[in-house]
Amino acid sequence: MPWLSILMGVSVLGALGVTLVRNDKLAKQFTLGVSLIVLALAIAMAVQFSPNGDKFQFTEKYDWIPALGVHYAVGVDGIALVLILLSVVLVPIVVLASWHDAEAGKRSVRTYFSLMLVLEAMMIGVFAATDVFLFYVFFEAMLIPMYFMIGSYGGAQRSYAAVKFLLYSLFGGLLMLVAVIALYTIAGKGTFMFPDLVGTIQDVNTQKWLFLGFFIAFAIKAPLWPFHTWLPDAAAQAPAGAAVLLVGVLDKVGTYGMLRFCLELFPDASKFFTPMVITLSVIGIVYGAIVAIGQTDMKRLIAYTSVSHFGFIALGVFAMTTNAGAGATLYMVNHGFSTGALFLIAGFLIQRRGSQFIADYGGVQKVAPVLAGTFLVAGLSSLSLPGLSTFVSEFMVLVGTYEKYLVPAAIATTGVILAAIYILWMYQRTMNGPTAESVKHLPDLNAREKWVVAPLIALLLVFGFYPKPLLDVIHPAVKNTLSSVPATDPAPAVQVAKEAQ
Amino acid sequence: MTTHYLVLSALLFAIGGVGVLVRRNAIVVFMCVELMLNACNLAFVTFARQNGNLDGQIIAFFVMIVAAAEVVIGLAIIVTIFRTRRSASVDDASLLKY
Amino acid sequence: MEPAEIIQHSGGVIGASWLMIALPLLGAAVLLLGGRKTDKFGHLLGVAMAVASFVVAALAFIQLLGFAPGERRRGVELYDLIPGIAKVGLLVDPLSISFCLLITFVGSLIHIYSIGYMAHDPARRRFFAYLNLFVAAMLVLVLADNYLGLYVGWEGVGLASYLLIGFWQHKPTAATAAKKAFIVNRVGDFGLSIGIFTIFATFHSLSYQGVAEGMAKGGSIPATAIGLLLLLGACGKSAQLPLQSWLLDAMEGPTPVSALIHAATMVTAGVYLVVRSGPIFQATDTAQLVVTIVGVATLLAGAIIGTAKDDIKKALAGSTMSQIGYMMLAAGIGPAGYAFAIAHLITHGFFKADMFLGAGSVMHGMNDEVNMRKYGGLRKVMPITFVTFFIGYLAIIGFPLLSGYFTKDGIIETAMEHNAILGWLAVLGAGITGFYMSRLVFMTFFGKKRWEADAHPHESPAVMTWPLIILSIGAIVLGAFLILGNRFMLFLSPAVGRPEELPSFHPFSTTGLATLALVAVGVVFAWYRYGSAEVPGVAPRGSFLTAFARRDLYGDALNEALLMRPGQWLTRLAVYFDNRGVDGLVNSLAALIGGSSGRLRRIQTGYVRSYALSIFVGAAVLVGAWFVVGNL
Repeated sequence: MPWLSILMGVSVLGALGVTLVRNDKLAKQFTLGVSLIVLALAIAMAVQFSPNGDKFQFTEKYDWIPALGVHYAVGVDGIALVLILLSVVLVPIVVLASWHDAEAGKRSVRTYFSLMLVLEAMMIGVFAATDVFLFYVFFEAMLIPMYFMIGSYGGAQRSYAAVKFLLYSLFGGLLMLVAVIALYTIAGKGTFMFPDLVGTIQDVNTQKWLFLGFFIAFAIKAPLWPFHTWLPDAAAQAPAGAAVLLVGVLDKVGTYGMLRFCLELFPDASKFFTPMVITLSVIGIVYGAIVAIGQTDMKRLIAYTSVSHFGFIALGVFAMTTNAGAGATLYMVNHGFSTGALFLIAGFLIQRRGSQFIADYGGVQKVAPVLAGTFLVAGLSSLSLPGLSTFVSEFMVLVGTYEKYLVPAAIATTGVILAAIYILWMYQRTMNGPTAESVKHLPDLNAREKWVVAPLIALLLVFGFYPKPLLDVIHPAVKNTLSSVPATDPAPAVQVAKEAQ
Repeated sequence: MTTHYLVLSALLFAIGGVGVLVRRNAIVVFMCVELMLNACNLAFVTFARQNGNLDGQIIAFFVMIVAAAEVVIGLAIIVTIFRTRRSASVDDASLLKY
Repeated sequence: MEPAEIIQHSGGVIGASWLMIALPLLGAAVLLLGGRKTDKFGHLLGVAMAVASFVVAALAFIQLLGFAPGERRRGVELYDLIPGIAKVGLLVDPLSISFCLLITFVGSLIHIYSIGYMAHDPARRRFFAYLNLFVAAMLVLVLADNYLGLYVGWEGVGLASYLLIGFWQHKPTAATAAKKAFIVNRVGDFGLSIGIFTIFATFHSLSYQGVAEGMAKGGSIPATAIGLLLLLGACGKSAQLPLQSWLLDAMEGPTPVSALIHAATMVTAGVYLVVRSGPIFQATDTAQLVVTIVGVATLLAGAIIGTAKDDIKKALAGSTMSQIGYMMLAAGIGPAGYAFAIAHLITHGFFKADMFLGAGSVMHGMNDEVNMRKYGGLRKVMPITFVTFFIGYLAIIGFPLLSGYFTKDGIIETAMEHNAILGWLAVLGAGITGFYMSRLVFMTFFGKKRWEADAHPHESPAVMTWPLIILSIGAIVLGAFLILGNRFMLFLSPAVGRPEELPSFHPFSTTGLATLALVAVGVVFAWYRYGSAEVPGVAPRGSFLTAFARRDLYGDALNEALLMRPGQWLTRLAVYFDNRGVDGLVNSLAALIGGSSGRLRRIQTGYVRSYALSIFVGAAVLVGAWFVVGNL
C-alpha cells in the first residue's frame, strides 16, 4: 500500500474539505477528525515498519519531470519514520489546542485549520522525500502555510515576524537550490534520487562547497547560532499552535537534513567541517540558555531554550557516534513533545491573562494548580529531568559526544545548570509567590485543554521510562547512516565483559 | 554614393533624437520618433542596395509595420491624454513614477 | 577484603524488590492525578504506601540474611532502559538494603508524624504525594545497579526536594530557596554527569559490576578525574563545601521535610555515592584525600554555622552539614571508614530526624515560631518532646553509650589512624558540636520563658509524639548494636569490602577521652552562656567571628559576588548582544538592502524625456566603449 502518499493525500483532501464546510465549529471538528485519521493511518504504517529491513521502506517512485530526472519518490527509514510520527501526533493536539485561537482576528477560522492540514501534508512529505529535488520543493513550500499562519493570525508584530521568517528561510533555501542543482550537474547521473546520489561526489573541495550550500540552509532552519534570530520573533508572534508546529516540527527539518543529506552526501566535507559545527552548537547551547535567562517574554524565552536544544541536536548529529546520533534523533522527537507542551500551556496562560510578559504574572499556582502543575512538568522536561523522555536523549547525545569530543561535551553539559535556571526562574516568577491581583480570577485548565496536555505529558513520561520502542527503530537507521560516512565509535579504554554492561 | 545616403540617414536620426529630447509636445515627440525610424530605414535600404541582397529591405518593411502599429496605439494614447488633461505635454504626464 | 561478586537473582521478595519503589510511586501518582477527590484519604494512602514499602524492604532484608555473607549481593534485572548504554536493574546488597531500611522506616515514621503536623494545611494531600514521590526516588537512587539508575534517582530526589522546600510556595522565600536548592544541586549534577560520561567512555558500561571489573583489570583509567567529578556531585547533594549554601535555605520547607530529606536521607546520598564508587576512589589517593579534606572542612564549617544561628532549624541544618562532613571524612578513608560512615549515617538518620521532628513539635506548639530567643523553659510544657529531643541531643554530642558515641567515635579513631591532622580537626569539630547543640537545647527547653504574648505552647498529639519516641529509642540503641563486635562492618563487607584487620573498640583510648573532654568543655561553656545566664531577646552584635558564622561563613555573599552578579551581567550582556549584535546584523543587512533600493527607485522620475536621455546616454556609452575596446 502506498502508505506515505495516502497520509499526504488524506491531509490535503482534508484541507480542501475544511474550506468547503460552511460552519466554523464543524470545520474544526472536521479538521480534528482528519488529523486523527492521519494519526491512525500513520500508526498502522509504523507497526509494519521493520527496523532491520531495507533502509527505505514504504517506497514509491513515479517520474515527475523525466527530462531532468526528477521523481515523486518517497520512503522512510527509522529516522524519518519517528519524525513523521512526531508530526502526526502533534497536529491533532495542536488543532485541539488552537480551538479558539483564530477567532480573535478578522481572518477566516476555516482557513487557519485548512492551512494546518496543508502543513501536515508537507511535513510528512519533507521527511518522506527520497528525491532531493522533491525534498527541496517541500522544504520551501512548507514556508507558505506557516507564513500565513504567523502573518494572518499572529500577535501585534506578526507581519514583521512573518516576513523575517520567510526571507531568512528563503535565503537559506536559495543557497540550497544552488547546491542541489550543482549536485545534480556534478554528479552527472541525470537523476535527483537520493540513494543514487550518495557517494557520487568524490572531490573534497566540491563536497565542501556543496556541503555549505545545504548546511547553511539547514542551520537557518534549525536554527543554529548565529542564524537564530528569526526564531524568537516568529515564535513569539505566532499563535501558540503554529509556534508548536514551527519549533516542534518545521525546525527539525534542519537537523534532519544535516543528518540525512549533509552526512551521507558529503561525508568528507562533514568531517572537515565537524569542528566548526561543534563549535557553533556548543556556543548555541550555552548562548541560547543565557539569553533565555534574560528574557522577559514567555514565548521568546521558550524560543531561546529551543536555540539551546537545537545546539544539542546538531552536536549529536556531528559527533558521529551511534549514541550521539541516535540521541540526536530521539532528541528531535522529544523536543517536539516537550517544547510543544511548554508552548501550549504558556499559550493557555497567555490567553487567559492577555499578556506574554512574565512580570504580569505571579502566584498562578494558587488559583490554577493544574495549569501550574502541567507547566512545571513541561518545564522539567525542558531541563531534561530524568524520568522524562528528554533526559534520555540529552544523556545519549552527551555521552556519545563525550566519547569523541571531551571538552565540547563538558561545556555543553553546563547547559543542564543553565536550563534549571531559566525554567525554574520563569516558573517561580509566574507561578509562585503571592498571587498577583490581575490573575486572581484565572480559571484553571478546562476539559479540552486537559485533553491537549495529557497526551503530551503521557508521551514524555512513557518514553522517559521506556524509550526502547523508539530507539529500536532509530538505532539501525543511525548505524546505517554512520556506516555510509563512514564513522566508527571509539573503543573503550578498558573492555569489560558483555554481561557487565 | 553609399556614404551620402548614410550621412543623410545619420543627420535625420540626429535631428529626430534631438527632437525627442527637447520637445515637450507629445505629437512632435512622436513625429521625431518616426523620423528616427525612417532614418534607420534609409540606412537599411542603403546597405541592402550596397550588398545586393534583400535583407535590409525586408527589415525596413518590418520597421514600417511596427511604426504603423505604433502610430495607431500611440496616437490613441496621446488623444486620450489630451482629452483628460487638456494638454499634450509629455512633462505633465509624470504620475507614473517611483 | 574485596567486595563479593553480584549474583543474578529472581524470585522471592528480592526478586520483587521493585515493589519497594513502585508502591510509593503509585501512591504519588494516585494522589497527584486523583486531585481533590483523594483529599479525604490522601494522607492515609501516603502512609500506607510508605509502610508497605518498609515491609517489602524488611522481608527482602530477611531473605538476604538467609544467604551466606559472600552471596549477599543480588542483582535483579528489570528491563532495557537505553539499549547499548544501561539496563534498569536493582542491586540488593547489604549496602543498599541498609539504606532501604533507613529510608522506609524513618520515612514511614515521618509520614505518620506529618498527619498531625500538616493536619491544618489545605494541601496536605499534595504534601503526601510529594513525600511518596521522594521515597520512591530515593529508593531508585540506592537500589539501582548502575550509575544511570543512580542518576535518575539522584535527580528524582532533587525534584522532590524542590517541590517540598517550595511547598509553601506562596512565600517568596520558600520559592527562592527551592529554586536555589535545585540549581546548586544541578551544579553538582554537572560534575556527576561528566563523571558518568567518563565512566562510560572508559568502560562502555555504567553498571557497578562493570566498573568494578574494569577497575580490577586496570589500564589507562582516569580514576582521579572520575573520583573528583563524582565528588562534585556528592558535594551538591550532601551540602558539602563548596556547594553547601542551599541547605540552610532549604529549611523553608515544612519541618517533616527537613527531617526526612534534609537530615536523614537525601543529603546523605553523597556519602552513598562515594562508598558505592569505592572501586574508583580506592584507586586514586588524590581523590580520596580531597574527599577527606572536603569532609573535614564541612564538618568544621557546619559546626561553626551551628553555633551562631538563632533559628532552631537552621542551627540543626548546620549540624546536619557538619555530621555529613564526618561521614564524608570516613568515606574518604576507604574500606576502613566505610562501615563507620554508613553506621553514622544510619544513627544520624535517627537522632537528627528525631531532633528535627522535635523542633517541628516545638514550632507546632509555638505558632510556627523558629527563633530560639523566643523560646525558653519549654521542657515543662512539652515533656515528651523534651525528653526525646534530649536523647537525640545526647546522641549527637557523643554522650557515652548512646548512638553517636559509637559511630562518631569510630570515625574519629579511624581518621586519627589515617591522618593525625584530620583526626584532631574532627575532634575539634566534636567539641564545637557539644557547644552548639547544648546552646540549642538550653535556649529552647531551659531558662526563662521568652515567649511571644500570643504563644500557648502545648504538647503535640500522639500521632506526632510516637514517631519521636520510636526514633529516640533508635538513637539510644542503634550505635551500640551496629558497632559493638563490628557487627555492621561484617555485614557490609560483602558490598564494600573491609580492612584485613578488624578494628577493635577501645572505650578509653586517648582520642576517645580527648573527644569527651572537649565535648564536656563545649557543654559547660554553653551552659555558662545560655543555660545559667539570661538570653537576650534580640541577638547581640557579637564579635567578628559570630557575624562570620551568622552569615553562613559568607558562603552566600561569596556566591553572590562570584557567580550571581557576574552571571546577571553576563545575561544582560548576552541579551543586549543578541538584540543589537546578532539580530542587529541581520536587521542592518535588511535595512541596507531596503535603503539602497529606496534610493535607486528615485531614478524613476516619471519624465519621459529623462528616460529618453538616459537611453541616449546609455547608447552613447555603449558605442563609446565599443570604439575604445575596438581600437585597443
